[in-house]
Amino acid sequence: MNELPLQEMVFYLFSFVMLASAIMVVTVRNPVYAALFLILTFFTAAAVWMLLEAEFLAIVLVVVYVGAVMVLFLFVVMMLDINIAPLKEGFIRYLPVGLLVAFVMAAEMVMVLWGKDRAVEGMFPMPAPAEPGYSNTEAVGEWLYTQYLLPFEMAGVILLVAMVAAIMLTLRKRPGVKAQNPSNQVKVRREERIKLISMPSETPNDQRGS
Amino acid sequence: MLTITHFLTLGAILFCLSVAGIFLNRKNVIILLMCIELMLLAVNMNFVTFSRFLDNLDGQVFVFFILTVAAAEAAIGLAILVVLFRNRETINVAELDDLKG
Repeated sequence: MNELPLQEMVFYLFSFVMLASAIMVVTVRNPVYAALFLILTFFTAAAVWMLLEAEFLAIVLVVVYVGAVMVLFLFVVMMLDINIAPLKEGFIRYLPVGLLVAFVMAAEMVMVLWGKDRAVEGMFPMPAPAEPGYSNTEAVGEWLYTQYLLPFEMAGVILLVAMVAAIMLTLRKRPGVKAQNPSNQVKVRREERIKLISMPSETPNDQRGS
Repeated sequence: MLTITHFLTLGAILFCLSVAGIFLNRKNVIILLMCIELMLLAVNMNFVTFSRFLDNLDGQVFVFFILTVAAAEAAIGLAILVVLFRNRETINVAELDDLKG
């Protein structure tokens, strides 16, 4: 029996860890653990993407997802003081139907892929690995800034809109907090602050009253 | 030898797991959001796979955009969640029945 090549070993190892941690995400009781297992899933997915020679996206997945989105998730999960017990109520009740739906869907998709002597593989043979000097980041960047320039800028606008929306949603005015209003400070006019009073001038002689 | 079937099967199983997760955790909004993230990851996996096997970078650019939109979605979803918890003191989907839908 010939031993497994390194690529396949890496693939099976990471996909096993990935699927196991995905199962843990959907079954574990505590949302904090679910978020941590989701981080593990993203890490292993990044490793699989490395295997597919998508290095830039693998790093982006780790930086953006693990570094930003999942930290946000953890922040929110830890900030909210939730009672976990009632949230797990329907778990056993919906377990059969959930498993059934998932199993049927998986069976359908796997049948498409593995049926007819795996005809999909014949249609898409594995291309040769990239040459030593090839940079995936450079290639994606070139594609992104030429062919997809408008969608790229629209993605930036979407992020801006999301940022403003998230800030506005969570902004709240607490009563009884003393704060300056810069807008009012800037808008103030001279007439509102200074009052000129005309009155007779006083001399030292008058003050003595002689 | 690794083939396209391996990667596509991995994506399919991951997607089905997240669908099962939505069925199982239908009370907890946080886990539902996490399952949506898992689904997007499975879709991205297929995009990257086809990008590699077709030797075409369009798939990777699409993954980039999906990541952008997913990040925006997570931010707004969690903001809504925080507001919801502030107003209702619960994130249980079963108790959010004000609209009587």
